[in-house]
Amino acid sequence: MPTRSNGSSQRTISALVSDRPGVLARISGLFRRRGFNIASLAVGRSEEPGLSRMTFVVEGPDEVVRHVAAQLDRLIDVVEVRDISESNIVWRELALIKVKAPAGARAEVLELVNIFRVNVIDIGVESLTVEITGGRQKIDSFIELVRKFGLQEVIRTGRVATLRGTLIEGEEDGLFQSDASASTYVLPVPTDQTGSV
Amino acid sequence: MTKHLTGSQIVCEALLKEGVSVVFGIPGGAILPLYGVLSQYPNLRHILTRHEQGAAHAADGYARSTGTVGVVFATSGPGATNLVTGLATAMMDSVPMVAITGQVGRAAIGTDAFQEADITGATLPVTKHNYLVMRADDLGRTVHEAFHIARTGRPGPVLIDIPKDVFMEMGNYDPDAPLNLPGYRVPGKADEAQINVAAALINESERPVILAGHGVVLSRSFDELKELAEKAQIPVVTTLLGISSFPEDHVLSTGFPGMHGMAYASLAIDQADLIINFGSRFDDRIVGDSKRFSVGSKKIHVDIDPAEINKTIKVEGPVVGNIKDVFAQLIPKVRKTTHVPWLQHIEHLKAEHPSLRIPESDRLMGQHVVKALSDVTKGDAIITTGVGQHQMWAAQHYQFKNANSWLSSGGAGTMGYEVPSAIGAQVGNPDKLVWSICGDGGFQMTMMELATAAENNLPVKYAILNNNHLGMITQWQTFFYNRDYQAETYTRNPDFVKLAEAYGIKGIRVTSQDQLESAIREANAHEGPVVVDFVIEKVDDLYPMIPAGQSIHELIEDPN
Ligand SMILES: Cc1ncc(C[n+]2csc(CCOP(=O)(O)OP(=O)(O)O)c2C)c(N)n1
Ligand SMILES: [Mg+2]
Repeated sequence: MPTRSNGSSQRTISALVSDRPGVLARISGLFRRRGFNIASLAVGRSEEPGLSRMTFVVEGPDEVVRHVAAQLDRLIDVVEVRDISESNIVWRELALIKVKAPAGARAEVLELVNIFRVNVIDIGVESLTVEITGGRQKIDSFIELVRKFGLQEVIRTGRVATLRGTLIEGEEDGLFQSDASASTYVLPVPTDQTGSV
Repeated sequence: MTKHLTGSQIVCEALLKEGVSVVFGIPGGAILPLYGVLSQYPNLRHILTRHEQGAAHAADGYARSTGTVGVVFATSGPGATNLVTGLATAMMDSVPMVAITGQVGRAAIGTDAFQEADITGATLPVTKHNYLVMRADDLGRTVHEAFHIARTGRPGPVLIDIPKDVFMEMGNYDPDAPLNLPGYRVPGKADEAQINVAAALINESERPVILAGHGVVLSRSFDELKELAEKAQIPVVTTLLGISSFPEDHVLSTGFPGMHGMAYASLAIDQADLIINFGSRFDDRIVGDSKRFSVGSKKIHVDIDPAEINKTIKVEGPVVGNIKDVFAQLIPKVRKTTHVPWLQHIEHLKAEHPSLRIPESDRLMGQHVVKALSDVTKGDAIITTGVGQHQMWAAQHYQFKNANSWLSSGGAGTMGYEVPSAIGAQVGNPDKLVWSICGDGGFQMTMMELATAAENNLPVKYAILNNNHLGMITQWQTFFYNRDYQAETYTRNPDFVKLAEAYGIKGIRVTSQDQLESAIREANAHEGPVVVDFVIEKVDDLYPMIPAGQSIHELIEDPN
């Protein structure tokens, strides 16, 4: 393989797909055949009946990810796919974190909970379970800070992302720092016929 | 009007509505309910092959040669997995096919039941799309969707897996129910802005070359290609799969480029200032080292599949659309011109690099056979091939007169394609002469289909270029593995004449040049299938050659 001048990076791809069995396997297969990893994946019903929205974050050379995105677009079950890495997007992840919080340490844990504005969703005798949403860095930082109390379980979702409705760039979590590299991965497809005929 | 039918009947009615008249296949337990209704549908002719791979390649040959969708039936488990090579071959070359496979009953799916295979899982990467249909009510719409997907856009194979009890279940079939394909777009006309860019590039260029790929064949744009080439006097290079998209006796015809293509074709591409690619993938057998591919030229790439554009070669003129529509948009905008110095230069390249020298040998060489076939049939036959030296000799030395008369596994390079694909082509073109140019290796991968040809009295002519070895393998070992010959020689090939006779087929042996013409005439005159065993010299120097991953600068021309 020739070495590529442009490096690998994390790219966020958003796809609107038919809500049918096997769709995920079709999509992941296009990444698998090239041997790269899906770093995170979130799937759920979308605003349109019969269609699901998938957001996935993949790591790979930019050019290759763009080409895979173009190949995704030609899957019959994929209605729309966009590589939104370079766009002005907001994104969130959610994590449930169960941390040891015996009586002696509980106050300190709760202080962090307040600072990070996370929700406590379950309180046990020896532990607390909190729910945190935000960007990856915020969640990573919180996890690092509570690690010393004893992490019992960390459950993280994949990233969900959407284009901003405003032109004002937000701050802190979720703002993707554009690497300003090349733009679209796929040419606009002129259509004089849609699939539903 | 909705009809209430069994699943099997729905499948047959939907096939007939799609215009299907021939199906290739082999029955088995899970698909027997479908075979059980075939007698009710005499307009669906079923051709029983000897292996499912043969059925798939036959459907492929039928599809390529007729431009319609090829259809194949197979049973669950091993029947279905035997289709995989055929589907992969069709997928790589964008051939429209629909495969219908039986599956174990719904309740047994996922339990490793007898003859269960997850065929939709196994064929995900080798089909354009596939379906597992769990209700008879969904069968009709699914069959119609499958045909629509197979034949429109960039064509390809679609598989429909149907559990045995779904064939037997009663269901509703509404032949006019709308398709439900929200994610499927079929590009038609290209964006006018893209056309304008392309037209400007063409009008500006001084040394343009058209690279005509399989897309020209698939979209049946032969007349349009000729019109554009003639209007602006642009030389036409065809890819291996673009062969027969442009008449080879035309002055603008400039051969096929790439690994074993004509040196002058590769040189024309290298020296051009504009490459106008119609429906070729810029495949690595043409491009070689992409960094050194025709560095001095701008490129236009017309393709129906946007995922092909900028994939290996960056282009200045991307055009996404159906090639036939694009020609219609483009031709009026292209100026009539002559390019005299450039065409003179191309003539000069052709003279300097003849590329197609036929060895002066008293013995029988592969090239002699193809040349004789071309002369005796006057370039009028449909030719199918396997993969190897014989395939390259066929591509180089057969002079194709008719559009779409060349069927070869270009993308997958599937040995064994030669025998069944010719059967499919003959079924689809009963009045045409079909010659299959076979390697002795490839022939032995699918030769059981001689029985299919005999049984259906299909007058296919098989020319085995019998060099008693895997010629192309020997060649690579000569060039790239220090002549360390491993596993490339057959010390015990069967007697192909006797083999033909065992199948009830006429067999002819040819061992010298002077027998060529009469043997080919004899085969042509014979009413049934014929196997001609051309015993040819073993050689390991098929020229020209551009080693894999290299560029025109590493071209090895015939040193003789
Ligand atoms: C199914 C399959 N297996 C292996 C190969 C690798 N291969 C490419 S060419 C070749 C030799 C073909 O031998 P033959 O059919 O006798 O043709 P020849 O080159 O001798 O003309 C082989 C083994 C292939 N292309 N397809
Ligand atoms: Mg051979």
